[in-house]
Amino acid sequence: MTVSIRQFDDGAWIHVADSRAVGAGEVRRVTDHDFCPCTVGHVLVEAFVDVGVAGHDVRARVAGQCIDCGTDGVLDWLTFGRVDGGTFRPVSTDAVQQVG
Amino acid sequence: MPSDVERWKEEVYGVEIRDHLERFAEEGWDAIPDDEHDEWFERFKWWGLYHQRKGQESYFMMRIGTPNGVLEPGQMRVVGEIADEYARGPASNPEFGETWADFTTRQSIQLHWIKVEDVPDIFDKLDDAGLSTMQACGDSWRNIVGCPVAGKDKNEVVDALDVTLDLHDAFKGNEEHTNLPRKWKVSVTGCREGCGQGDINDLAFEPATKEIDGETVEGFNVRVGGGLARKEPRFARNVDVFVRPDRVGPVAGAISALFRDYGDRDNRFNARIKFLVDEWGPEKVRRVLQEEYVDWELETAGDDLRSEYTYNAGTHGGHADHVGVHEQNDGNYYVGLDVLVGRMGVDDVIELADVADEYGSGEIRLTQRQNAIITDVPEEDLDALLDEPLLEDYSPDPHPFMRGSIACTGTEFCSLSIVETKNRQVRYGRWLRDNVDVPDGVQDFHIHLSGCTASCAQPQIADVSLRGMKTRKDGEPVEAFDIGLGGGLGENPEFADWVAMRVPADEVPGAIANLLSTFEERREGDETFRDFCRRRDEDELAELVEPEETSYEDPFMHNTKMTWYPYAEDDDLDASPAPTRADGTPAGSD
Ligand code: HEM
Ligand code: SF4
Ligand SMILES: [Zn+2]
Repeated sequence: MTVSIRQFDDGAWIHVADSRAVGAGEVRRVTDHDFCPCTVGHVLVEAFVDVGVAGHDVRARVAGQCIDCGTDGVLDWLTFGRVDGGTFRPVSTDAVQQVG
Repeated sequence: MPSDVERWKEEVYGVEIRDHLERFAEEGWDAIPDDEHDEWFERFKWWGLYHQRKGQESYFMMRIGTPNGVLEPGQMRVVGEIADEYARGPASNPEFGETWADFTTRQSIQLHWIKVEDVPDIFDKLDDAGLSTMQACGDSWRNIVGCPVAGKDKNEVVDALDVTLDLHDAFKGNEEHTNLPRKWKVSVTGCREGCGQGDINDLAFEPATKEIDGETVEGFNVRVGGGLARKEPRFARNVDVFVRPDRVGPVAGAISALFRDYGDRDNRFNARIKFLVDEWGPEKVRRVLQEEYVDWELETAGDDLRSEYTYNAGTHGGHADHVGVHEQNDGNYYVGLDVLVGRMGVDDVIELADVADEYGSGEIRLTQRQNAIITDVPEEDLDALLDEPLLEDYSPDPHPFMRGSIACTGTEFCSLSIVETKNRQVRYGRWLRDNVDVPDGVQDFHIHLSGCTASCAQPQIADVSLRGMKTRKDGEPVEAFDIGLGGGLGENPEFADWVAMRVPADEVPGAIANLLSTFEERREGDETFRDFCRRRDEDELAELVEPEETSYEDPFMHNTKMTWYPYAEDDDLDASPAPTRADGTPAGSD
C-alpha cells in the first residue's frame, strides 16, 4: 500500500495519508548540525519546506530558528517519524536527533 | 515538477468546486474520502473555506470577500444572522463568547466553526444578500482592497470605488484568471492619503495625473510585487505605467495573465509575483507586459501623489486611520469605530447593522486596520449616534493603544501560528491603557501582532511589530515575540527593523512601556515615533527595548498550539470532540 506524504497548508504540516501528522510550531533538538553554533540546537519549526521519505522514515527540511542562539535558516533533512504498516509514528519532541 | 496543489487544480478548480461542496454537504463530512482530504481542502479555499487547525477537524473558517470593505445596507445584518446560526463551535472564547465576526486586514469578514453540511444554506443566504465567499482564499484574485471611504472621501482624486467594483465583477469567477500560481492581491487607491496600502499588494493602482495630448488626465500609476509573507517582505515596485480609469480592467487582466503564465508553479514558496519581479526587475515586467499582453502602447507613469500620503505614514496629523467623525464629500459624515483586534460579538454585529440603519444609510465599511465605519450620517444625527451604547465599546475616540492594535487569527484557529494572538493583544491593549502614559501628541500608536511570519496582521508596517516566536524561560519553552520597530507606509514606506528577538510574551508589555518612556525622554521636540526610529540604527534601536515582567499577567504562556482549543476547560488535544457530524456529535461514533 502506498501512503501519500506531503507538506500542506503552505508548510504548516507534514500530512501522511491525507491527515495531519506533524505541525509547525514545535521545537526540535538537533545535534551534528551546521545550522547554528549550539552543540544541541533548539530549532523552532516555522514551516516545512520540503518533505520526503527514506525507507520508512518521513523526513523534512524545515525553515526555522534556534530559540537559544537565534540563528535562522533552513535545516538539513531531519526525520520526523516512521510509517509502520500504514501507521505514522512521530519522533518525540523530547528526542535529541542527528541531522542529515 | 508541478506541485501536488497544481495537479489538483489541474483536475478541478474554480467555480465548479461549489458543486462538489454541495454534494459533500448533502452526504455529510464522512463523504469526503479520507484519502482525498488534502485535495478537497485545498480546493475549498477557492470558495472561501479554510479547514481549521489540528483538534478542530471538520470545522472551517469561512471568509466573505467584501470588495473595498463595502457592505451595502442590510448585508451586515445577514452576516450577523449567519454567524449567529452557523458559526458556533464546541467551545467558547473568554473574551468574545460563542460566536462573532472577524473584520480582517484585507477588508473581509471571517467566521469560524463552520460545518460543511451548512455551507449550501449559508451560500444561499449570502447569494440572496449579494455577498460571496468566492475566491476569498486560494490561488486567485482575492478581495480587492482600497481606501475604505472611496467615493465619499473629500480628499479623493479619482473615484476608486467604481474602478474596484468593476474589477471585482470582471475577475470573480472569470475562468481566464481563476487558477493563478498563487494568491493575487490587488489594491486600488484614489485618495491623496494612500489609504489603499498599495505598497504591500501584488498589484497596486495608485492615483496619478499625466499630460496626454496637452491635457491633464487623472488616473493611476501601477506598482507590482508587494507582499509581507515569510521573511521576504517586499514593497510593490514601480513598473512605469500610467492607466486611465477606463483602462484599469484591461491592464489588470494583462498583468494577472502575465502572472498566470510566468509565475512559478513548481515551488509554492517562490510563486508570488514579488519573486518574479525580483528576478526580472520592473523593466522586464513592463517589457513583457507590453510585448505579449497588451495590443496598445502603454503610457509611462504619471505624476503620483505619494509625497502627500499621510496614511500610516508616521507623520503628525493627516489620516493615520479612519477612526473618528469625518465629513464626507456630500456634507454627510462617516463615523469610524475602533473594533479591537477586529472581532465583534454577534449581538454587536447585529446592533451595528441596526445603528447604521437608524442614523446612516445602512451601509457599513471595513478598513484595513480591522475597524468598521458607519457612513452617510447627516450632521444633525451625529450627537444621537455618538450617544449610542454600542459606541462605548467600539469607540470613535478610542485610547491610542486600543486604536492602534491589530492582531491576526493565531493559534485559536490557524495552523501556522506559533502563539496565541487576539486575546493576548486585547490584554496587552488594556494593560498599556491602564499603566502606560501616552507620549505627548500621540493619537494612535500602531502595534501589530502576527502569530507567525505569514504576517496577516501586517506587523512590518507598525510602530511596534510583534511576530510570534518561542523562547526558553526558566528552562521551559514559552510563547514569545520578536519585536520590530519603526515600520510604516507613506511616501517612503519602511519595514520594521527586527531589533529584539524572542522576548517572552509576558515581558512584551513591559518592553513597550520602557520603550515609550525612553522615547518621551529622548525625542527631539515633538518628533513622531517613526522619525525617532529613523534617526537610529539597529543597534541603537535594540538598546531601547528592555523586556521586563510587570503586573501584566499572561494566561497563554504554555504551548497553546498543542491544545485543541486554547481556552477550553480541558484543552488537551485528546479531549477534542472533532471531527464532528453536522449536529456536533463526534464523527465515527455511533
Ligand atoms: C485560519 C486562519 C488563517 C490561515 C490558516 C491563514 C493562512 C495563511 C497563509 C498560509 C499565509 C501565507 C501565505 C504565503 O506564503 O504567502 C497567509 C498570509 C496572509 N494572510 Fe492568512 N491565514 C489565516 C487567517 C488570516 C487572517 C485572519 C488574515 C487577516 C486579514 C489573513 C490575511 C493574510 C495576509 C494579509 C497574509 C500576508 C500575505 C502577504 O502580504 O504576502 N489571513 N495566511
Ligand atoms: S500571521 Fe500566521 S498565525 Fe497569524 S493568521 Fe496569518 S498564518 Fe495564521
Ligand atoms: Zn542555536
